[in-house]
Amino acid sequence: MLSTLTDTVIVAGHYGSGKTNLSLNLALRLREEGKPVTLCDLDVVNPYFRTADFQSIADEKGIHLITPAFAGSSVDIPALTGALDARLGRGDTVIIDVGGDDDGAYALGRYAPKILGRPYTMLFVANFFRYLTRTPEEAAPYMAEIEAASRLTFTHIVNNSNLAEQTTREDIENSIQKAQELSRLTGRPLFFTSVKEDLAPALPAQKVFPVRVYVKTPWQM
Amino acid sequence: MAERILMKGNEAIAEAAIRAGCRHFFGYPITPQTEVSAYLAKRMPKVGGCFLQAESEVAAINMVLGAAAAGVRVMTSSSSPGISLKSEGISYIIGSDLPCVILNIQRGGPGLGGIQPSQADYNQATKAPGHGDAHVMVFAPSTVQEMVTCIFDMFDLSEQYRVPAMLLGDGLLGQMMEPVEFPDVKVTPAEKPWASNGHQNKREHNVVNSLYLQPDQLEAKNIERFERYAQIQANETRAEAFETEDCDVLVVAYGASSRIARSAVMNARAQGLKVGLLRPITLWPFPQKELLEASKTAKDILVVEMSMGQMVDDVKLALECSKPVHFFGHTGGIIPTPAEVLEQLKTIAGGAAK
Repeated sequence: MLSTLTDTVIVAGHYGSGKTNLSLNLALRLREEGKPVTLCDLDVVNPYFRTADFQSIADEKGIHLITPAFAGSSVDIPALTGALDARLGRGDTVIIDVGGDDDGAYALGRYAPKILGRPYTMLFVANFFRYLTRTPEEAAPYMAEIEAASRLTFTHIVNNSNLAEQTTREDIENSIQKAQELSRLTGRPLFFTSVKEDLAPALPAQKVFPVRVYVKTPWQM
Repeated sequence: MAERILMKGNEAIAEAAIRAGCRHFFGYPITPQTEVSAYLAKRMPKVGGCFLQAESEVAAINMVLGAAAAGVRVMTSSSSPGISLKSEGISYIIGSDLPCVILNIQRGGPGLGGIQPSQADYNQATKAPGHGDAHVMVFAPSTVQEMVTCIFDMFDLSEQYRVPAMLLGDGLLGQMMEPVEFPDVKVTPAEKPWASNGHQNKREHNVVNSLYLQPDQLEAKNIERFERYAQIQANETRAEAFETEDCDVLVVAYGASSRIARSAVMNARAQGLKVGLLRPITLWPFPQKELLEASKTAKDILVVEMSMGQMVDDVKLALECSKPVHFFGHTGGIIPTPAEVLEQLKTIAGGAAK
């Protein structure tokens, strides 16, 4: 499923659509397939629950992790690093986890000239259980706003609809119809639907990408 | 059944406020509560409301005072250092007997502190939200869903008693996402015959003020207000008891800490330890009768907080120091782990058994 991915993979979307967890899962899967992988946390908006929290998994699996200067240090300064420039076009797959909405996408725009120099994949991550993107009609403007801010164009839609641990098979099935409608509205193909690992076997007929949930709450023992 | 949706705590608070009839919000951004403002900036114009980012926290809280004096449902939001800045205005609002909702999504302190979650503003919220003989009602929900239900109740109770209501959350609850449902309720704001919203030549001027230069008038005003505080203490305490019927050790924890404590209690129960949890939902009024009930069989009490132990005094007072009260916590933005709390429970239960 991931064989069509280019060396540059951008993961963007509305706040809380699940970009960070998806980015980490993509990185781990590509790494399992033997590819050299760089995962870049470009989120300059969110203070908590971010890719920079996964340094130990990245180290263990041999994923090169790039984070904004000060990420995770609680220093509230959204400073980007030159490391992403250095890594693009070097042969490994670079997955860029962008901050939410157009606010987060402005930071991506800083790298647009370099990204545009070679083929890239840009995934719009949609979660139709998020309050402000419950319908394809509500989600579509976010795509346009992010494209305007980043000066890049989405190539695919990823349906990452979920209600965290409460997600059911029916929830996913309903969301796939919405994702297909969003695809029709925007002319971008639906790449896959990402679902929790335990739900994947229940959806045999669908194009699903099983994900493990790495973003955990502190009370999970 | 209402539709389930996935929301950040901060977003859910903001949406709940709109659904509770709040059409006026004045704030100033600060991590980790900025999503409240960001969300309302997008939503308020769509529902015909007023979102205004003030030039400072001091300005924002005085705009709240003005809107509340005009009789509308109004909310402001900040995090620890911003609440300190607002404390003068909060005192003026209390002194003017105005209803409003104030959010404090706490971060580490004192001073500029850090941006990670904390519960170190407990004493400020419950003891001295501003100068003078002053209280606000303090609610401490522990889930995104409970934040929503609290917000509805806070607007109602604040108007009923003409006392501000503060939601004391923390960065973790503000930033985390959980599924929520919004209750399908009809909101009926209280009648406000005291509001200064235009007399239209049909009544006398209403004056909303906290200045009373005559000591006897000021004392009378305070006494009358404390009669309402007594009603609140008698009628509005809330707490949730979990596995407390036969407990040897009772954990007392609120907000995010209570969820960590709950994990530890479940784990300890699985290992055969008789432990329970009392989770205060209101911090002022402190749920004394609920604590007395939950601790009937307990030999020891363990308070767990993300602070240096600020609720410990209230627990001791409520129990009149009749039992040993232990404390475990972290501060400065470090979150206690369930394993650490479990370790404390084992040590205390071991001592209690001897």
